[in-house]
Amino acid sequence: MSPDYAPEVLRGWGLSTMSSARVATVSERDVVDHVKDADERGVLVRGLGRSYGDAAQNGGGRVLRLASSPSDVRLDEAAGTVTVGAGVSLDDLLRVIVPRGFFVPVTPGTRFVTVGGAVAADIHGKNHHLEGSFGNHVRRFSLVLADGSVLECSREQNPDAFWTTIGGMGLTGVIRDVTFGLIRIETSRCRVDTVRCDDFDELIEQMSTGDDDVRYSVAWVDLLSGGARFGRGVLWRGDHARRDDLPVADRADALAYGPRQLVSVPPVVPGPGVVNALSSAVFNELWFRKEPRRREGSIKSIPAYFHPLDAVGSWNRLYGGHGFVQYQFLIPFGRETELRLIVEAIVASRLATPLVVLKRFGVGNDAPLSFPMPGWTLTVDLPAGAATLASLTHALDDIVLDAGGRHYLAKDALLGPDAIRVGYPRLAEWQAVRDRLDPQRNFRSDLARRLGLME
Amino acid sequence: MLNAAGEPQNIVVLGGSSDIGVAIARRLAAPSTKSIVLACRRPDEAPVDGLRRPGLEVQAVSFDAVRVEHHASFVDSLVAAHGDIDVAVVAFGQLGEQSRFGDDPVAAADLVTVNFAGAVSVLLALARVMRRQGHGRIVVLSSVAGERVRPANMVYGATKAGLDGFSLALGDSLVTSGVGVLVVRPGFVRSAMTQGMEAAPFATTPDAVADATVKALRAGRRIVWAPGILRYVFMVLRHLPAPLWRRLPLG
Repeated sequence: MSPDYAPEVLRGWGLSTMSSARVATVSERDVVDHVKDADERGVLVRGLGRSYGDAAQNGGGRVLRLASSPSDVRLDEAAGTVTVGAGVSLDDLLRVIVPRGFFVPVTPGTRFVTVGGAVAADIHGKNHHLEGSFGNHVRRFSLVLADGSVLECSREQNPDAFWTTIGGMGLTGVIRDVTFGLIRIETSRCRVDTVRCDDFDELIEQMSTGDDDVRYSVAWVDLLSGGARFGRGVLWRGDHARRDDLPVADRADALAYGPRQLVSVPPVVPGPGVVNALSSAVFNELWFRKEPRRREGSIKSIPAYFHPLDAVGSWNRLYGGHGFVQYQFLIPFGRETELRLIVEAIVASRLATPLVVLKRFGVGNDAPLSFPMPGWTLTVDLPAGAATLASLTHALDDIVLDAGGRHYLAKDALLGPDAIRVGYPRLAEWQAVRDRLDPQRNFRSDLARRLGLME
Repeated sequence: MLNAAGEPQNIVVLGGSSDIGVAIARRLAAPSTKSIVLACRRPDEAPVDGLRRPGLEVQAVSFDAVRVEHHASFVDSLVAAHGDIDVAVVAFGQLGEQSRFGDDPVAAADLVTVNFAGAVSVLLALARVMRRQGHGRIVVLSSVAGERVRPANMVYGATKAGLDGFSLALGDSLVTSGVGVLVVRPGFVRSAMTQGMEAAPFATTPDAVADATVKALRAGRRIVWAPGILRYVFMVLRHLPAPLWRRLPLG
């Protein structure tokens, strides 16, 4: 056992949850020695800490950071697959594969997540309606179990462990290296169509038609305006640009890729932060107005289209000391009345910030704790310091669960054990396999304790 | 542990018949709160019924501040029964009768044992388990009486002065452990403890103290005054020359 564990206070990306753990950085090879003799507070792997709540915290226990080398990216160009250590970030990976004509099969709104985290949270992106979540593209991975043995997992080999680990929030073992399929691209640019919608009905109508013809689709909704502007938004649809889509001058270096951080938010943001009702309302008006009614075929870079917030380092600090929660839920298709009810409640609460995303999901996968299934998913940042936050989200939780929907574990920082059991009816099935893989319950997290995932 | 809105799953009130302690627990209880334990000397008199609602387990258990030898095992038994302690409120204490203490120094020493020795002992036991779980909040009921001790209640005031200083230092010692200590300094509170007494200026109620406490807890503060104006009142009183201080009609 290596002695370099140091106590560290760990927070979620929302900065609204915290606990202290003993933290160490270990290599993929040594990780087997760090999981075996865990005490009753357990052990957990933490990636880049982008889950918003307490999913990557383990109060009083051990937290491991996996030192995977980005130089160890094995790209199989013929098969269109890549094999990487689980600690490699999508940022590192994209710098290797984009110039060689490949893109990750699923990307969230930030490239600062690890491949292991992408599997554990079964992340989704703007292409979910056609191509599913990250787990759909995973061919295999190796899993270090609590007894130190290594299990090879795929759809054919140990399929139970495979699907329990996908979306399993790191609670089945340590994902060590992963092989997954990639998207072939001709350029590092995207071709984007924009449609501005004046109200909620128009937005839902626009999104409900034509999504299936386009790879990437996502909308922004103004959750601060009421009346005639209620639910107005902007829909962006796009795909990777073909070489012919680029201006002639750019075609020679069509796969050039060099994302940069433009600015960073300092560690201390005064008082309640700089995101408030006034600044948000001004932002929303400008954001809506800057978009034309309809525009087709504009060319954007990968960072500008997929990861705009990554241009601002530590943007999560803008909310001030209390931090924020990113409330993300899903409502099945056919329950648009409930979706509208929720949007009305959020607008009435006046708590919303400009960071809002509405997206249509396609079919889910076989993982019992995977979040996506056919329906609408809405994501909104809410300030954690607001006195009315809990009463708002408790009311929304009831509507979501009554409509047969659920919440995304990688974002959640508010729910209790009951809500998870309603939203994820296959939890018991997941628990049974998890307990078989880790009978001593060595793998633990604050999220698991809060939601009673082990009980 | 506390969720992002500061809602606890498990709450423990030491001094479970204290009006302020119970008011804080009531104010903290959220839909996801699983249990509230009221620990006090006479559990059959603890106001459990006032806190009960579906899905929330409310229990009164026997706890004696004076029996310091049991404190560590008592706190361990709470964790064994309910899991991590998210918020512990240390609310027990006695006012005593200052006029009696001149002829009965043993009674004064007994008061010091309850208010100070007992509190220190149970605070250390709580800090130990919370350090082990890597999170938790401890709320300590201090008093403005400890801010500058008056002759009229010098034993009580001195115990609160000691408790206040100890608790702040305990909080500092826990800074990398994920555990926080909040010291609450109420003024005169109309409650069972002060029944029959004449109210001092800026008198408040248990509910008002609880509101201020919960707000301060969510904001991650170290100290809260209730009402807030007392902070400024005592900024002045603390520095009054002694002859003037002695003459103040503070009850």
